[in-house]
Amino acid sequence: MQRDRPWLMRTYSGHSSAKASNELYRTNLSRGQTGLSVAFDLPTQTGYDSDHPLARGEVGKVGVPVNHIGDMEALFDQIPLGEMNTSMTINATAPWLLALYVAVAERQGVDPGQLQGTTQNDVLKEYLSRGTYIFPPEPSVRLTTDLIAYTVKNIPKWNPTNICSYHLQEAGATPTQELAYALSTATAILDAVQASGQIPADRFQQVVGRISFFVNAGIRFVEETCKLRAFSRMWDEVARNRYGVEDPKQRRFRYGVQVNSLGLTESQPENNVQRIVLEMLAVTLSKNARARAIQLPAWNEALGLPRPWDQQWALRMQQVLALETDLLEYGDLLDGSPVVEAKVLELIAGAQQEMDNVAAHGGMVTCIDNGYVKRELVQSHTRRMRNIESGDLKIVGVNCYQETAASPLTGGEESGIMKVDELAEREQIAALQAFRATRQQGAVDGALALLRAAANDGSNIMPSSIQCARAGVTTGEWSEVLRAVFGEYRAPTGIDFVASDRSESKALEQVRERVRATSNELGRPLRLLIGKPGLDGHSNGAEQIAVKGRDSGFEIVYEGIRLTASQIARAAQEEGVHLIGLSVLSGSHLELVEDIHNELEAIGCKDIPLVIGGIIPQDDARQLLDRGLKAVFTPKDVDMNIIMSTMVTIIRQVNGLEPLA
Amino acid sequence: MSTSAATQVSDLAAAIAKGKRAALAEALNLLDDRRPAARQQSAALLAHLQSEYSNTCSHLIGITGPPGVGKSSLSAALIAVWRQRGLRVGILAVDPSSPFSGGALLGDRVRMQTNSEDDGVFVRSLSSRGQFGGLSAEVWPMCIVMLAGFDIVLIETVGVGQREVDVSRLCDTTCYVAQPGSGDSVQFLKAGILEVPHILVVNKKDMGAVAQRTLSELGNALNAEHPDGQWQVPVLATSAMNGSGIEALADVMAHHHQSLQERKRLARRRRSYQAYWIHKRLEEEFGSFGIDKLGGEKALLEQLQSQDMDLFKQYDSLRQQCCNGEVDKHESDND
Repeated sequence: MQRDRPWLMRTYSGHSSAKASNELYRTNLSRGQTGLSVAFDLPTQTGYDSDHPLARGEVGKVGVPVNHIGDMEALFDQIPLGEMNTSMTINATAPWLLALYVAVAERQGVDPGQLQGTTQNDVLKEYLSRGTYIFPPEPSVRLTTDLIAYTVKNIPKWNPTNICSYHLQEAGATPTQELAYALSTATAILDAVQASGQIPADRFQQVVGRISFFVNAGIRFVEETCKLRAFSRMWDEVARNRYGVEDPKQRRFRYGVQVNSLGLTESQPENNVQRIVLEMLAVTLSKNARARAIQLPAWNEALGLPRPWDQQWALRMQQVLALETDLLEYGDLLDGSPVVEAKVLELIAGAQQEMDNVAAHGGMVTCIDNGYVKRELVQSHTRRMRNIESGDLKIVGVNCYQETAASPLTGGEESGIMKVDELAEREQIAALQAFRATRQQGAVDGALALLRAAANDGSNIMPSSIQCARAGVTTGEWSEVLRAVFGEYRAPTGIDFVASDRSESKALEQVRERVRATSNELGRPLRLLIGKPGLDGHSNGAEQIAVKGRDSGFEIVYEGIRLTASQIARAAQEEGVHLIGLSVLSGSHLELVEDIHNELEAIGCKDIPLVIGGIIPQDDARQLLDRGLKAVFTPKDVDMNIIMSTMVTIIRQVNGLEPLA
Repeated sequence: MSTSAATQVSDLAAAIAKGKRAALAEALNLLDDRRPAARQQSAALLAHLQSEYSNTCSHLIGITGPPGVGKSSLSAALIAVWRQRGLRVGILAVDPSSPFSGGALLGDRVRMQTNSEDDGVFVRSLSSRGQFGGLSAEVWPMCIVMLAGFDIVLIETVGVGQREVDVSRLCDTTCYVAQPGSGDSVQFLKAGILEVPHILVVNKKDMGAVAQRTLSELGNALNAEHPDGQWQVPVLATSAMNGSGIEALADVMAHHHQSLQERKRLARRRRSYQAYWIHKRLEEEFGSFGIDKLGGEKALLEQLQSQDMDLFKQYDSLRQQCCNGEVDKHESDND
């Protein structure tokens, strides 16, 4: 029987150190994983060395720290790069990590021209979701463009960019918005490559052919399948009509997938297994729109970092579908279905309209810079949250069927999650400082001078970056040179024009009354500072709390992502806030809270109460409460009316007011 | 007020004048506080600082313009220039509040990221709280406090036309920021809906030809001479993004300040802000009927400008007059 070849199976992973991650990769490969998907830690993604003050608490948390060629070499120790297909989730520093990968290939004796893999390299979506951008949009697009032009010429099998609709959905995008904004991003990037003049016109088809996508699949799996069929058709049309690509192979919509994390729940987390499997169906059912590569989240992502066993379980789900079921024995199951066709056409029409809208307003880069797209996403997400609160959108175990027997999965010593070795950060810093001492400073300075020159004169950034990699330049040094040339950027937060909640929900009215009463008793409107400390750019939660706070009658001060402890403390003082709400999803909450405590104390504001929200394991929550935090909110706290009400209660307590009925 | 409370207030005033951040923060919270005891303390504090607001060395600047025009980024760029020149800067950023909940999203700090270690910058956000025609009623008392501690006090507010209270009635120098390619500002100016500012700025000059066109349209629409007299209204192009034109804007602002000082206009102007503030608050509470009771707008403003009493005292005594008359009290729960 003729079976199709299964897709590439990966697990998004990396933690602690290059050495520890290398062991994990080799284990995963021996268990039947067919490609690697590297998760870098936040300092590496945002261009800081492990010993930079902003990196404190973040080293090795959500991925592996890579500071220099030595780290990259250790990461791929005993993994022959010539035979591997490696996906790197890296954006602002993508040219740098690819340069390190190339330099390691050289050391392994592999011809860089043979390398296969993917750099995510889609900075535009970082301004909308995830938040690991560094530079303003214009130079970011230039770096993206340079990497594409370089690989098309020198590493032809490399996928230079993975245009991501994944993170748009995580930020609240509807299927139509996902289609429209991802395709608008793709054309913005391709137009930029064309305009850069780095690729001769007769080879431009190849560039279009190398563009791949990274897509999300949510629980509405029928609609999601239709979305992927719509993607294929729309991309084919863009490639043919806008860029004149004749070869149908070069017009193919090639995509990898990570299924939805947004919908994974902390309550009854075992239910996430069914969710993940159904979402996987969305991207595999239709042969004509099937994923090239799949990575699945672990069932316990909303609780903390997954352990190797949790990741193995996710991999086994893929293997069962590909190897045990008969899915791969048939042609496309959905061709000819009038229901599917109608849905596909509806999605295409909606997406086309929004694409035209973006184009009419100056294109994707402009619409990101002026906040339009972000605002649309925050609005969609707000609608979703309001529907969950009202019960119109059902989530089993969250807003219905909440009662549950005790779960054996989350018991035990580890409480069902991975603990990052606390020594990892210190060891990484010591190793980095030792590495710096062994370098030839002359070679480092020379390579950095080349990089600076290229950044200034507009020549392709890759050759000098590879030179830097060979010379032992660090991630922080590479980024620092470009920061000096390009400047840094703060993206619009998108919350400014979100419509007020006009529903006459009783719960909301009650919260408003509590806010009003307390404001009157304290003599002035209640003020709340929402702070996102550290390098974590996942701002959905902070944005939704900000909007809800406004709707509840609070005056909300929100400054966006990546704030230092000192910025947060100072803002709290200058703005005279009654309470500070922190949001941390990177796992570095203990260190960050300690820093903020210290800063508040230093400026005489230690009496301002602190609460925190994020992915915070129970043990850590207890520690935080012991250290004086007034409340810890986690993904299971979906009713934001209750969160608001709790905040009012805390403000009343610390100001010595009687509890409200 | 007890003796100890009085000492506290005078200590607070002294600390503010020395530029202590914690003291300034405490004072701003106090001015925001509407409880009777706090109002008393506020009045005492303002009386202490009364001499400071006529200190004409400091410069009170208003930046206004339609939403999305880049006012905050422009302010951030200006702050950087002022700091390089060694000037201390206080900022009051006003955002609209929600008519449904009374809550507000105060997001201007995002675009005003300053070095958090710099003690020479202090940003306070305010919501309009549905009063004072889009400008928060707390703005003027807070200005008095900030003028005591900073060389430059900047009020940033959304202004889109006639419904807004003109920030120009409350500052020394008003700067209107226009959006390239939007004819609105030109129309507002021509129709007299927009008070003529002292400085017109077209931000985002990086938008090239569009910005250039708006620049020349504004130049043409203006009757170049400001109604204040002896001031030609300059039209400038800036780009907060690449920093161009910012030094020039700071120079023009300083020049306007200097011209006010040379013409000895500043002290008088400052008294007029106070008069305007009191008048506006009384009008909000008692309507034009109440103002008539007090002798009409013109007489009231003249009377207020001729006195050097402190803010809340004047206001309270006039309020009392309105209440004791047969004026209907409505919406007085504002206070």
